[in-house]
Amino acid sequence: MFEAIAFYLFAFLTIAMFYITVTTSQALYALSALAAGMIFISAFFFILGADFLGAAQIIVYTGAVMALYAFGMMFFDTTRDVKEKQGNEFIVVGFATFAAVLIVAIFAAPLVSTNMTAFYPMVEDAGNTQQVGMVLFTKYLIPFEVAAVMLLVAMVAGIVLAGKKMDKSLTLMNAEEIELLDASANTKVLS
Amino acid sequence: MMEIGLNHYLVLSTILFTIGLVGVMRRKNLLLLFFATEILLNAVNVAFAAISHYYGDLTGQMFAFFVIAIAASELAVGLGLLILWHKRHGSIDLDTMTSMRG
Repeated sequence: MFEAIAFYLFAFLTIAMFYITVTTSQALYALSALAAGMIFISAFFFILGADFLGAAQIIVYTGAVMALYAFGMMFFDTTRDVKEKQGNEFIVVGFATFAAVLIVAIFAAPLVSTNMTAFYPMVEDAGNTQQVGMVLFTKYLIPFEVAAVMLLVAMVAGIVLAGKKMDKSLTLMNAEEIELLDASANTKVLS
Repeated sequence: MMEIGLNHYLVLSTILFTIGLVGVMRRKNLLLLFFATEILLNAVNVAFAAISHYYGDLTGQMFAFFVIAIAASELAVGLGLLILWHKRHGSIDLDTMTSMRG
């Protein structure tokens, strides 16, 4: 009963938030709605008993990803309205629905077969976090380590890409200095 | 109606994925395009967690974790590239990013 109420409430909230995210013309509204939608998504994980996943969702998405987007938005001109191409909306919605149904069919196709058994069944007398730890550090140890290396590579890439020339402020220089800076940077790249 | 089963979650995941795909297709601003891709990844995560719960298998949750890790690293690299592009060209509009002529 309460599960059903929670499911429908959070389903409605999530869909509404994500709808705002993709339709609004204000980047700040889109960011706020996306952050709210991420938190509502984590509610589904808690309903489904995946406590650790829900906590990770809140920490990673609303903590790290949203903060990074907010930092990124400081660089961009986000106050003006976003201009969008006005194509045929029905074609877009039709293709999107078709692709989504296809994805879910791909997911659900193995579930139709009756002789499906759990590959790594849940241990009964352990909490969710404990179960996750047991599986993650035995069966999925190598993907876990590869994911760690991938995050390290992404961090280095982010610093190298965005941190270039952080000590010089382009808004405080005049045009000639920026030209000079660009010219020297281009020769450095070409040589 | 009152008993929430796997199909409820799969339908919800479909709806969220549709919203994300519509966003990917109609957005021209690259920052808002990134938002739409985050919605796509989250929709898939809901399906993974639901299947994991209803079949008593932890593999779905594991994949959801790796999807979260991939989303975080994609964002770091993508936002770095976006900031670099915005510094050079002053615009993150997708239509202006046509440097190749063919």
